Amino acid sequence: MTRANLAGLLLALVALAAPLAWPWLKTPVVIAASFGVAALGVSILIRAGQLSFGHAMFSCAAGYAAAFLARAVPRLDSALLLPVGALCGAAMGMLIGLFVVRYRAIFFGMLNLALSMVLFSILGKFYSWTGGTDGIRVARSTFFGMQLDRDGFETALLVVAVACSVALALAVQRYQQSVAGQALAAVKTNETRLEYIGLSANKALWIGYVFSAALCGLSGAMFALMQGLVTPEMGYWVRSGEIVFISILGGVGHPVGAFLGAVVFEFIKLYSAALFTGAWQMVLGFVLIGLVFFVPSGLSGLLFRKAAPAQASEARPLIGEVRS
Amino acid sequence: MNQELFLLAVLDGISYAALLFLVALGMTLVFGVMRILNMAHGSLYAFGGYFAATLGLWAVSKGLSPAWSFLWLVLAALVIGALLGTVMEVLLLRRIYHKEQILQLLVTFAAFMIFEDLQRMIWGAQPYFVSDIVNYLGVAEVLGITYTRYQLMVLPGVALVVFVGLRWFLKSSRTGRQIVAVAHNREVATAMGIDAKRICLLTFVAGSMLGALGGALASPTTSLVPGIGAEMIVLSFAVVATAGLGQIEGTLVTALLIGLARSFAVYLQPEMEVLVPYLIMVAVLLFRPQGLFSVAQARRV
Repeated sequence: MTRANLAGLLLALVALAAPLAWPWLKTPVVIAASFGVAALGVSILIRAGQLSFGHAMFSCAAGYAAAFLARAVPRLDSALLLPVGALCGAAMGMLIGLFVVRYRAIFFGMLNLALSMVLFSILGKFYSWTGGTDGIRVARSTFFGMQLDRDGFETALLVVAVACSVALALAVQRYQQSVAGQALAAVKTNETRLEYIGLSANKALWIGYVFSAALCGLSGAMFALMQGLVTPEMGYWVRSGEIVFISILGGVGHPVGAFLGAVVFEFIKLYSAALFTGAWQMVLGFVLIGLVFFVPSGLSGLLFRKAAPAQASEARPLIGEVRS
Repeated sequence: MNQELFLLAVLDGISYAALLFLVALGMTLVFGVMRILNMAHGSLYAFGGYFAATLGLWAVSKGLSPAWSFLWLVLAALVIGALLGTVMEVLLLRRIYHKEQILQLLVTFAAFMIFEDLQRMIWGAQPYFVSDIVNYLGVAEVLGITYTRYQLMVLPGVALVVFVGLRWFLKSSRTGRQIVAVAHNREVATAMGIDAKRICLLTFVAGSMLGALGGALASPTTSLVPGIGAEMIVLSFAVVATAGLGQIEGTLVTALLIGLARSFAVYLQPEMEVLVPYLIMVAVLLFRPQGLFSVAQARRV
């Protein structure tokens, strides 16, 4: 077992155990898991060298899809809303992906941003459908057939969230080692050579994009269930920026990074909001700058340098450049 | 839509486009020369606006004539733009020119987060609105429509002066030529003895000043609330991307296009107001992935 996997296991156990001892931790841990899943999705694209400043749109759309569905079918089990969120994200990702995978670097990042603003403003403007900026309440229904009170519901959500996180981290790890995942990493290093081998860079990026959108969708549904409320704010571009921030904070070298990043992010936010009221964003900004300057490989890169496969793939372009 | 409404929409569109152009021009100038997309550019717009409004309020409390207001606006923009631009370039950007584009984008995003809270700390959450210069200049009649002189003449006037001035500066002045050289090829420019460091600082400060100028000029016509910076950055990006990154003439045309489309949406279909700029952007990029005015580059193996 590598150090990274061990760290992941440990993190999952702590995430399950700590809220049992201190119940107030349930909400931040579930929210961290939700952000972690989204960051995991975004980190897939970052490994391909593409930064999306609009992925919160998938979380937001999935949150609304869950809310609409819960409203239309009042007795629907909450556990069904999570896969609905992922499916909604995936479907949207397929469609939007067709368009955005033709672009790279700044255009890619900013097109996503612009599209997310389209969604954000639609949700805010069409009051009669979406409740405008007040959003829609997501009523608490049964969870796996059980009628739970608030605390029980949060505990169930916590267990499901942690289980999903572990499963998805493993899935992403497998994906990264697959042909499709390796091709995605090659989009960053040398796209043209990838096409010489006979693989389509756009298609590799599209698959990664759909995968990342599905993860963000699941994250949005999780968040919606936790909050019991969806608002357009979920899809604001700054929220997308925070997801990117978490991926970088955790490091994209290993899937555990996304969750490490999410936990650290959530607690920096929690404590700086308490200590310096109205300045948590500023604190995060300084953390981000420090990170880029001093630890660009993120927490996971710092903790288990040897285990991180990204190190190897990052070294590749240099060698390639020397040879060409 | 009758003729009166049509004309009103056109005038609104032009005055809005003028502001949009100034902000987007700053952004595209910085990108064109330094290849950095500044996500904190919208914050400079917000700072320019707030600072100008504060100076304006102070001037009113001192009983100074509103005739001076225009001076405040421009002065505020230049001071705050130069200050923040210098701080950002020297402390942040200078260290990351050689790094990946992703990291450059992130650093400017971090700057955006810091500025956002800074602005809330200094000016709070309540809206600011100082319109004495608009009232002082009064209204004019255009083809049977009464319209404020400020929006009719000052805003488009400043935008045009800046456009012509910048064109002239880049084409004819020594420093301008150096900026163009750095934009084309930084290494060769350095080899020819151009101080690229100085040029980058200069460009970034100029770009920041333009952003702040946009905000300062907007302050008498809109109320300043937290979040205007975040909105402006996305909007001016839409202009810059639609035009093609780094295109100065393109930015002018696109700002006009988006400004007009937006003001027509306000009169015809108000729900669409916020959507229109992005829809235009997406429509353009579908057919011309590099933007309206830029030339596609050959791929390098």
